[in-house]
Amino acid sequence: MALLVVARAKKTLKWFSWRKELNAFNEHLANLTQEEIIALEKRKAQLEYELSGEELAGKLAINDERGIISEVSIADELRFVSQKKKSQPRPLVEPKLTKLILWFLGSATFWLLFGTTVGEYLGIKFVAPDVDHVSWLSFGRLRPVHTNSVFWGWASLAMLGLAYYVVPRVSNVAITSIRKGYQTLVLINASVVIGTICLMAGINNGGGEYREYIWPVMALFGIGVIITISNFIKTIAKRTTKEIYVSNWYIIAAMMFVLVIAFIAYWPTWQNGLGETIIQGYYMHQGVGMWFMLFSLGLMYYFLPQQLNKPIYSYSLGILAFWAQILFYTLIGTHHFIFSAIPWWLQTVAIVGSAGMIIPVVAGTTNFLLTFKGAWNKLKDSYTLPFYLIGIIFYFTGSLQGTAEAFRFTNLVWHFTDFTVAHSHLTMYGIISFMLWGFIYTIVPRLTGKEAPQITIGAHFWLALIGLMFYTIPLMYGSTMRGLMWMSGVPFIESVELMKPYWLWRAIGGSLMWISHLLFAYNFYLMLTRKSLPRIPKTAIEVLAARKVLIEEQSKQQ
Amino acid sequence: MELFNNHKKLFWAALGLFVFLTLFVALIPATKNQEQNAPLPGYKPLSESAIRGKNSFIANGCVACHTQQVRNVDMDKIWGDRPGIAADYAGIERTDFWRNTATLMGTERTGPDLTNVGKRQPSLAWNLLHLYQPRVVVPTSIMPAYPWLFHEKTEVDSTDVEINVPQEFRKGQTGKIVASQEALDLVAYLQSLKQVELPTGQPADDFLYKKETNPSTPQNNTGGILPDLPNGELLYNNNCASCHQANGGGLKGAFPSLKGSPIVLGDDIELFVNIIMLGYDARPEYAVMNAVGMNNNLSPEEVTAIMNHERTSWGNDAKKVSVEEVKKVMDFIKLTAEK
Repeated sequence: MALLVVARAKKTLKWFSWRKELNAFNEHLANLTQEEIIALEKRKAQLEYELSGEELAGKLAINDERGIISEVSIADELRFVSQKKKSQPRPLVEPKLTKLILWFLGSATFWLLFGTTVGEYLGIKFVAPDVDHVSWLSFGRLRPVHTNSVFWGWASLAMLGLAYYVVPRVSNVAITSIRKGYQTLVLINASVVIGTICLMAGINNGGGEYREYIWPVMALFGIGVIITISNFIKTIAKRTTKEIYVSNWYIIAAMMFVLVIAFIAYWPTWQNGLGETIIQGYYMHQGVGMWFMLFSLGLMYYFLPQQLNKPIYSYSLGILAFWAQILFYTLIGTHHFIFSAIPWWLQTVAIVGSAGMIIPVVAGTTNFLLTFKGAWNKLKDSYTLPFYLIGIIFYFTGSLQGTAEAFRFTNLVWHFTDFTVAHSHLTMYGIISFMLWGFIYTIVPRLTGKEAPQITIGAHFWLALIGLMFYTIPLMYGSTMRGLMWMSGVPFIESVELMKPYWLWRAIGGSLMWISHLLFAYNFYLMLTRKSLPRIPKTAIEVLAARKVLIEEQSKQQ
Repeated sequence: MELFNNHKKLFWAALGLFVFLTLFVALIPATKNQEQNAPLPGYKPLSESAIRGKNSFIANGCVACHTQQVRNVDMDKIWGDRPGIAADYAGIERTDFWRNTATLMGTERTGPDLTNVGKRQPSLAWNLLHLYQPRVVVPTSIMPAYPWLFHEKTEVDSTDVEINVPQEFRKGQTGKIVASQEALDLVAYLQSLKQVELPTGQPADDFLYKKETNPSTPQNNTGGILPDLPNGELLYNNNCASCHQANGGGLKGAFPSLKGSPIVLGDDIELFVNIIMLGYDARPEYAVMNAVGMNNNLSPEEVTAIMNHERTSWGNDAKKVSVEEVKKVMDFIKLTAEK
């Protein structure tokens, strides 16, 4: 009751004070002075201010005297895909060198198509093992055909072709010999052709992964690399820059190292017993890490800053990553044989080296991402940079996944399962192939002056990326379950049955990836041959130039 | 820095570091390993036929899916009696001047490990049938079929090895299907794959990461109640099902059905145990059965579990046997085997 009275009193009081304030205001309003009215009107005008739209030019006609406004495009239709920037014209590359590079990239494209067609077929065989009964097409023979043709055919030829562009450019001199480039091209192509036929006919080196070509076949590849490395070193020796740009460190190192590992692994008079296994671990992993990875990183150090039009974030980080990669990567080969009969200390060294790989991987990734910093807006306008970025992201995740797989406990779960297959596709495809595509889409238009349609480049990108995800994620999940199943000791065949849906997903993802390669080949073809109608003059410069030509022609006729 | 601006110094430095590390993680360990290990005393070199078979194994890329290494971890126990050691591979030398050493250790187990397959599955008939078409004997297998290792013939010679392929897998072949020499060689190689026993007195390495046994399982020492037996179905699937099939139905013309089998259901425990332990070759219409029990070192408890699984599954309904009965027969087998 008391509360009610207090509340009532408070409300009454409030009403009274409001009345008082209102009366005071009414009185003030009636007695406003002239100054006060002027001040208020001025404030009112300020609050209501709007631009007239004529502030810069005044009442005069608009005139862009310095030609600041250019490339005005008016969207008169709805766009299904966003328009990206076109390739910028660059100083012409020597036509002979252009031709050589295009031959390298064209051969690489052929081997990509061939190798992944085989890969796609192998993926189908997991789902339909009786799809054919032809000895030359049986799984065990085709599997190395797939891996070797994408390794030595696609990625290696593409890297070398791109290096023929990068090495002379960062040395600021012409390439020493173009003829040597063709020798390499022919030798490597011959190596992959003969190697493929041998493997399908049942002639192979005895089973180590990526070492299936017999040594005379691999020797062709090795001689090809020797010819080109001497060509590159001579070019670098006569460079006109004082420093050796870091790209050339990576590229030359990769070529030297692949020769060392091939020589050791293929020398035909040793490796009895477990010697073979120790060398296999070393060879196989240096092959992917020192040849493909080091080489592609070298190319990235050239193309990324150049595409972003700014210097690399830190040159020193690039150097740190270089030495750290050599120091740690060389050690990790035997992590493919954890718990096997090879010496226990060697397995431990490999695990420690795999953990050490975090240093070059983090250094490299940080360097690339910080180079992107401040230029992220370029990503949305570019059809090449998305390939670079995906390559960099997989460089980070795929490499760290490799470290994770090397530990003893993870070996229990994942070793011998398809997890390894997923990992090798995340890296060789996610890192290497995406980077190479980005670089190819960057330089071919510069060499030929022709661009592929942006819509098919976009379709290539998305099909490859989504396909890779469909391929790897179910495979990683399924093989984790399979490893756990093996640990629990159920009959082996149940783990085969478990994998069936994941193998189907792999085939679906693989098909998307394969379609994306068809698009890539189509794009490459268009970048070589696309005919565009001569442009009808539109800009003032063009119209005046055309008029000048017309007048000149007319005056000649007279 | 001078090092970084002089291409000779820079590239030699990088190459030097790489080769130096290579020496210590590859060249020296590999050379040492190949010098310091010799085959075990019990090691038998491959026969001529098995060497040809191994070449066929290499040519067809079987190593893509089959490993030959028993790791020293508990989960690999099913693939061998002991972890593999360097001496197991020491007898393998370069295949020839053109081809490298084939230890065939492999890196992927899409299919089973083969280190000990000669002991686990030595049956010629099973292996040939499995090569011709794996899905005849293992319905859910995804292994490739190798029909080109077989010929079709109208008449079978005394030297021919015929395989009995069920109608639905013959693909229109109406004649007799006969193994080629290559198929026989390949099987000879598979049959030769057995872990060599360590010299007496030398202990095998331990299997690491052992599964933890559950200590809360009550001890079964009270008389009258059957002791806890191992899982009979699992043992049957691991040791018997590849021929007799998971449903016990066998395969017509190759492996007899166990459904309603008088041996499985009968009271002659001694005969039943004998067949499991020592194999069987009394019925010409079926393939020879190998000494599955002896080869796989089955314990009396395990044999009992398998027998009871067979006696009470797929419509079979016979009285379970006890470990004591089985053990008595097995002790006798051991005794005669030692003589």
